[in-house]
Amino acid sequence: MTPDTVDDGARPVEAERAPPRRHPLESVLRSDALPHIWCPGCGIGVALGAFLQGLERAGIPQEKRVIVSGIGCSSRVVYYAKTDAYHTTHGRAIPFATGVKLANPSLHVTVFAGDGDLFAIGGNHFIHAARRNMDLLVVCINNFNYGMTGGQAGPTTPHDARTTTTPNGNFEVPFNLPQLAAAVGAVYVARWTTLDVRRLRDCFAEAAVKQGFRFIEVLAPCPVSFGKNNDIGSGLDEMDYYRGLEHIWGSAGGLPAPVEWRGNGDLTGTDISLHRPIVVGKFVDRARPTFSDNYAAVIAKTRAEKKGA
Amino acid sequence: MSAEKGTVLTGSHFMLGDQACAEGAIYAGCRFFAGYPITPATEIAERMAERLPGIGGQYIQMEDEIGSIAAVLGASVAGARAMTATSGPGFSLMQENLGLGFMMEVPCVVVDVQRGGPSTGLPTSVGQQDMMQARFGSHGDYASIAYSPSSPQEAFDLTLEAFGSAERLRTPVLVMMDEVVGHMRERVVIPQEGQRTISSRRLPSVAPSEYRPYRVGEDLVPEMALAGGGFSVRMTGLTHDESGRAVTNPTAQAALLPRLLRKVLENRAVYERYEVRHVEDAEVLVVAYGITGRAAIGAVEMARAKGMRAGLFRPQTVWPFPGDALLRAARSARRIVVAEINMGQVALEVERLLAGKCSVVRVTSPGGTVISPERILEACGRAREVPARR
Repeated sequence: MTPDTVDDGARPVEAERAPPRRHPLESVLRSDALPHIWCPGCGIGVALGAFLQGLERAGIPQEKRVIVSGIGCSSRVVYYAKTDAYHTTHGRAIPFATGVKLANPSLHVTVFAGDGDLFAIGGNHFIHAARRNMDLLVVCINNFNYGMTGGQAGPTTPHDARTTTTPNGNFEVPFNLPQLAAAVGAVYVARWTTLDVRRLRDCFAEAAVKQGFRFIEVLAPCPVSFGKNNDIGSGLDEMDYYRGLEHIWGSAGGLPAPVEWRGNGDLTGTDISLHRPIVVGKFVDRARPTFSDNYAAVIAKTRAEKKGA
Repeated sequence: MSAEKGTVLTGSHFMLGDQACAEGAIYAGCRFFAGYPITPATEIAERMAERLPGIGGQYIQMEDEIGSIAAVLGASVAGARAMTATSGPGFSLMQENLGLGFMMEVPCVVVDVQRGGPSTGLPTSVGQQDMMQARFGSHGDYASIAYSPSSPQEAFDLTLEAFGSAERLRTPVLVMMDEVVGHMRERVVIPQEGQRTISSRRLPSVAPSEYRPYRVGEDLVPEMALAGGGFSVRMTGLTHDESGRAVTNPTAQAALLPRLLRKVLENRAVYERYEVRHVEDAEVLVVAYGITGRAAIGAVEMARAKGMRAGLFRPQTVWPFPGDALLRAARSARRIVVAEINMGQVALEVERLLAGKCSVVRVTSPGGTVISPERILEACGRAREVPARR
């Protein structure tokens, strides 16, 4: 299905047929790659749409945009976004993106991948890129399981959740991704769900123009695997699930007990458990020198010392 | 990342093979190095860490060798000439992303200063046990290009050439050093800046609307659009068509994979290098590379002094093996000696190439020390006793 022939179910008679509708993001999508591979009810397309809108809002020139991804459903965004796009190996998008950014610092480099890719096989790269404050925007689509291989447990699968490899419930405990990102030095950390389309778009726009290691977790439905195995039902049902459980961090609406807002970086209590409140929002927004700032500073210092000597 | 003038170290220097390797890379325009410390390749990283910041280059120490090769590939797609250097354990970790480099066709140079293995093995002493890994280490079919220097001077020369081959053929190129060459200190003569020309990757010759990332001409090498060039490049490790779109079916695979192999195998003139000595009248031909190639030169000269007609074939590119050149060099000899610091790896290729034509005697070593010229000489004597095949 190409963007201008989205089937909305309506069947106009021949005489009334309106001119083909254009997809609002057509200029930043690759129409030759559609239809996409994502399942009905999947949240990845929603996240991609919000991301592309966010970059438009932020005014990032299209030719400067680079997306690097790994392996998995979320990593397929590189085929649909009209940017320079690199579909690399499982878990290695962050170091590949590190090379791209350092070789051409004028580029706006985003890593777009899933929870298994970024935090199981690629976890080591994540923590080190954050520690270095590498100037990258890292987007994690968290659908709580390995979708592409058919729904196995991963590092974000909630305790007790059922997957094809935890048929009687997950006996492991998951990462709290924003807490991890904050602890290892990310300068911008946020979590939203694909229910929060506009907030997500604005979050991408804000993070896109910030310098340093920025991390955005997007909770997204995976109805055919995670949803089905955990009695959540369709993609719409999982959106309803989010709506019922979401609390916005630091908002007047209040946080679920025992979560309290403790300020930048302290994310105690924001873990995700099945059928428990989900705390979303912007958790961290701070500044510190990037890897390249520090590299340049050392070069300048060395030159000054040599001149003085 | 812009190179500054006067960045190349020129003249005559007394330096380690590892340092010469780093200087060869810098001469060739390498301005990005990502690595992880490992004996006996650490001195390459140290040299790059010292040299690159002052010449507009980027050094980064990654969290592991997987990250190092991934960063090198990323830097290359953004336009940098990029390199990493490691030894056996790190080379093992790099294999998956080396495959990505072959598949995406990303020019870069990977140096393996070989030590004894398997596993942690002999971290501080010599081996040539990664030669088959250089050929077949990553999964799937591919053709690699691997140089093997026998001295610090060759470490400089062949690393420099490795960059040219990588750029010219849009592919990762390996420099298979060994601990002795890496840690050997000798005179290295570096030419004046600009005296050696090094190929550059071909950039798109058409407008972005016409550009197809994997369209090729006669030489089978696609033009390469860089990140940020306005070409909306799409590159993937999945089987893909000319446009870079993932197409995972047998037809697309048949259009892509044989072309990737032919691109390397049919452009031998770009990279093929070897040394021959005394082959015209040789009765025994010694085949050896790297530090063992050095011992083989000694053995052949000693044999000649004793009146034994020995010849030398020393491949400086071990992969793809210079097969036609070997057949020419072996015309006169009926017996071949293959010496290498492993239990028989490149010997397999030599035996395959000369099957039915020559008898092959292997000189092997489990590693830890070099093979002496005397051992090779003794093998030449033994080879003369072996019945010839033809």
